[in-house]
Amino acid sequence: MSAPEAPSPALREAGAGPAGLDLTPAGDAAPPVRRIARAVAFDTRTLLRNGEQLLVSLGFPVLALLVLVNAPLAALGLPTDLAGLPPIDVVAPGVLAMAVLGTSFTGQAIALGFDRRYGVLRLLATTPLGRGGFLAGRLGSVLVVEVLQVLVLGSVALALGWRPWQQGAAAVPALLLALLLGTASLVSIALLLAGTLRAEAVLAIANVLYVLLLGAGVLLPAAVLPPAIAGLVALLPSGAMGEAARAASIDGSLAVAPLLVMAAWAVVAGAAAARWVRWSD
Amino acid sequence: MSSAAATVPTGAPSPPPPPRDDADGPALVVDALAKRYGDVVAARGVSFAADAGAVTAVLGPNGAGKTTTLECVAGLRRPDAGTVRVLNLDPHDAGLRARVGVMLQDGGLPGGAPSLAVLRHVASLHRQPLDVGVLAGVLGIDAFARTTVRRLSGGQRQRLALACAVVGRPDLVLLDEPSAGVDLAGRRSVWDLLTGLRDAGVAVVLTSHSMEEVEALADTVVLLAGGVVAASGTVDELTGDGQDRLTFGAPAGLDLRPLRGALPTTVVATEVRPGSYEVVPRGVGVIDPQVLATVTSWCAARTVMPRGLRVGSRSLADVVLELSGGDLHEPTAAAAAPPPRGRRGRRGRP
Repeated sequence: MSAPEAPSPALREAGAGPAGLDLTPAGDAAPPVRRIARAVAFDTRTLLRNGEQLLVSLGFPVLALLVLVNAPLAALGLPTDLAGLPPIDVVAPGVLAMAVLGTSFTGQAIALGFDRRYGVLRLLATTPLGRGGFLAGRLGSVLVVEVLQVLVLGSVALALGWRPWQQGAAAVPALLLALLLGTASLVSIALLLAGTLRAEAVLAIANVLYVLLLGAGVLLPAAVLPPAIAGLVALLPSGAMGEAARAASIDGSLAVAPLLVMAAWAVVAGAAAARWVRWSD
Repeated sequence: MSSAAATVPTGAPSPPPPPRDDADGPALVVDALAKRYGDVVAARGVSFAADAGAVTAVLGPNGAGKTTTLECVAGLRRPDAGTVRVLNLDPHDAGLRARVGVMLQDGGLPGGAPSLAVLRHVASLHRQPLDVGVLAGVLGIDAFARTTVRRLSGGQRQRLALACAVVGRPDLVLLDEPSAGVDLAGRRSVWDLLTGLRDAGVAVVLTSHSMEEVEALADTVVLLAGGVVAASGTVDELTGDGQDRLTFGAPAGLDLRPLRGALPTTVVATEVRPGSYEVVPRGVGVIDPQVLATVTSWCAARTVMPRGLRVGSRSLADVVLELSGGDLHEPTAAAAAPPPRGRRGRRGRP
């Protein structure tokens, strides 16, 4: 065999690899919980480092909150029973739903689409993290970012006079359940899109849908829309999330139908993703 | 592998390596691996083994099946036929992910994160990884530690991907063109690391288009062509017995009969490719100064300049060119491929 040239002595210590690295095989995975915790931390930092994403996650929602709470809601077509309420009770849950839509759907669809394009999913599948750990980490980072969003937007809304717990003991849990089920359904759809289409198509679709869905029962009640469209919007996961969140904020009720709509989307999109997602495009 | 040294391709898959069930067997055994993408046959019976403490280089023209083979070994693709055993386990065994380091050709590193953060992240997935700071120093990653992956040059990205492949202290590393695009200084540090891995008992399996790299590093060479192993062995075994040969370039299609008449019968002159001529000893023959003079006189008589005239043993590049049919371009769908099935066939990535 051809003897490789000796490594430069400066880099080599006696009996060890370059610069004293002990390269003796000792491959052993970190415990699963630690792997996923590391993945959550890594993905969260990556998300928060992305300025564009931060604008969608926090910048726009804060702006929407400040603008809409001072807007003449009746003039926007809000029915009189809603228009008579304190505006913040209607606007705050819509803005929270907007924040969840941006993080769990738009942000994740685009991130996963390009991770797939650039082989990140393939490479991480060969590390101890694996595909399951990767997805768990992603979902965890979405939840961490959403907790931050709820804390920031909730604080601004509180400062603007929002007091959801005064609508009853169920109000806050029902609101959080709506956001959680919304996340489950929207992340599943994001994964399905990102795992089946080309990254450029995912980028375009995710952005267009973000704008369209915002106006369809997320930011403002579906009641501002023509009745035929409002009926359709109630069947969308995003629209259902908006309606369920508002129901909790306005009178502390648990809106069962929208919650079921979101659960159904999560199950169907999740099953479709498990069936059709390809890990490289 | 030495018994299979420099076998000429026969079209049939090479004989499978002997079955080894003990833990001391090869780190990697690939046996009759076949994989096609739609109508494109990427591998049709690839067999070889890679030992711990050795560098195994998988060579071949683009489309020969190198990346496909590596991806099947890494558990990223399932072969259509044949078996792969990695550290005596199925390549999809989850336990292997901590023991096999993989560097893919398309990188696969998260683009939005700083380089050193990516390496730290991969290290944190292992129980006892290498010291990230030292490894980053060895590969020069500390010079671009805070640069996000998507802003790295190709060579910087390669070094980061290599670091990620080895940071978990693997038994086997699979490296698809580890030094492609890496500058000279970087290449030296990559080679040092690969040599260090080999000396530490790691099985190193790499693909490369750099004959210099293969000649410097490889203990065993596996040459793929047309989806099969065309030859395998050490570099010396592949480049022959060390006998000198004479090669030169000249206009294509020269009539060699007068030259053959002038040369001793123990050497043979042929035009191996249009415009490339070779005089090779047979039996007891030898390329001596007299042979050289005969060739140059023959050229002079025809006012032909023998360009690039060289006497020496054939290079690894010669062997690769020869065994891959002199064709370094992507092969069209191989002859073994079935007739096209319409336009719905999935586009392959050979």
